[in-house]
Amino acid sequence: MNHSDRNIAQPLAALVAADPDRPSSVCQRASALEAVRLALQRDLQLAFRKRGQLVQPLAFFAMVTLLFPLAISPELARLRELAPGVLWVGALLGSLLALEFLFRDDAHDGTLEQYALSGQSLTALMVAKTIAHWLLTGLPLALMAPLAAVSLGVHTGALPGILFAVAVGSVALSLIGSIGAALTLGIKRSGALLSLLTLPLSLPVLIFGARATQLAIHGASFAAPLELLGALAVLGGTLAPLAAAAAVRISLE
Amino acid sequence: MRAFFDMGGYAAFVWPAYAVTFAVVLLNIFWARRALERSRAEARRRLQMQREVS
Amino acid sequence: MNWTWFHRLASPPHVYALAVRLTPWFAWPAALCIAAGLWGGLVLAPPDYQQGDGFRIIYVHAPSAWMSLMVYVTMAGAAAVGLIWRMKVAHAVAASCAPIGASFTFAALVTGALWGQPMWGTYWEWDPRLTSELVLLFLYLGYMGLRAGIEDPQRADRASAVLAVVGVVNVPIIHYSVTWWNSLHQAPSVMRLGKPAMPLAMLVPLLLMLLGFTLFFVALLLTRVRGEVLARERTASWIREVVRA
Repeated sequence: MNHSDRNIAQPLAALVAADPDRPSSVCQRASALEAVRLALQRDLQLAFRKRGQLVQPLAFFAMVTLLFPLAISPELARLRELAPGVLWVGALLGSLLALEFLFRDDAHDGTLEQYALSGQSLTALMVAKTIAHWLLTGLPLALMAPLAAVSLGVHTGALPGILFAVAVGSVALSLIGSIGAALTLGIKRSGALLSLLTLPLSLPVLIFGARATQLAIHGASFAAPLELLGALAVLGGTLAPLAAAAAVRISLE
Repeated sequence: MRAFFDMGGYAAFVWPAYAVTFAVVLLNIFWARRALERSRAEARRRLQMQREVS
Repeated sequence: MNWTWFHRLASPPHVYALAVRLTPWFAWPAALCIAAGLWGGLVLAPPDYQQGDGFRIIYVHAPSAWMSLMVYVTMAGAAAVGLIWRMKVAHAVAASCAPIGASFTFAALVTGALWGQPMWGTYWEWDPRLTSELVLLFLYLGYMGLRAGIEDPQRADRASAVLAVVGVVNVPIIHYSVTWWNSLHQAPSVMRLGKPAMPLAMLVPLLLMLLGFTLFFVALLLTRVRGEVLARERTASWIREVVRA
């Protein structure tokens, strides 16, 4: 076993070792957070090994942004009107694409089973996985959104608002998406089904996100929809990991 | 009588709406009964297989 | 409070026998209510002040829309019961609800569109109600798709139950956001009937139709649950009696 493999196996062993049934009760409270940190670290480390895969959702987002001017019109004035919709549909679809990676490898190599058996709160581990997923896909999408917006004729004043809105919205999307991803674990070629499950639940994010972007482009205050986006992210943050954990347990039965 | 069928000029919308709804009602009755029949046949077959095995 | 009746509901043979006995008690009253509602709505009720006879579509659109939502809530409730108490019968109820709900959502959309054309001049209007109905249809299709996609029946039951519960939590959120979005972009679309309050002659047939469809749903549910319960019971001995009958 080379050094990097041990690097990955170690967090897993630590997770399993942090068993609530073991005598030393003082450490237990800290170890849930430890478990989250270790799982997060593991996901990020593994993802950086396959850096190429991280680019795919971004490339997809860029492609989608390209499609609309070609399909509609190159006039910037027109595109500026459509920009909120184009940006958010692109971000939504890109984030859907990335969802397949959330659990796939862990389900394959048995890590997910280890998580479920480890005695750690599976909900907490779901939070860890979702945070990792957002850092790897949602945040890059949010950073790319201003670029896409510029290509659609949006003026620079609106860009920070757009970045912020997509950043918050993509948190909600990662959370909502984790539920569908967990439910369709092990179903072959689940891409279309995953989209069918996730898109209706993502509609509020799309609506408020696009509205926030639209207001930002017009120079108006976008606080209200942004706050609603934040509320969705918080609601998702409290409920989605629970649902995802339940779904993972069901899939592993 | 004709006034009834004409529905004040809206006949082209009212009657198809009723037709679709009642088609759905009838289909549901048909599907439910068919699903029950299929389950009964399936259960019968399973019992038969079980009898043959034992 | 005596909970025996609830615990007995967990027993598939009991539920099966109950379903057989109760179905006519819902089916016939349903037919009567619907017939009375149709008579009242199509014949007795006066034409609307604004929409003339076109408003009569409400007597099929409103029950369909009501069904689509009520069935979803029932499905989610049964799913929750199945998850919490691990009751196969509850999962059977949830599975039975889905095709019924989906088909009536479809009917609600079609009748809504047919109502829209003479009233707004367009078959489709992105108003909150129709848009929410469309999303509800996708929720049903997703549920049925997930069930179909999972091979193990127990896993399918439990996974789709989680989905149903997640969906029902989202329905008010989705409806709120769609209403909010719609209010930004156009004047509130009116599907009102000319006067602020519905006269009794119009309201009573509507209530009869709503009641009739609800009773019809229960009758359908009882029929379907029988089949679903049979499918989940493999080769239990009580099936022998039932199947021979």
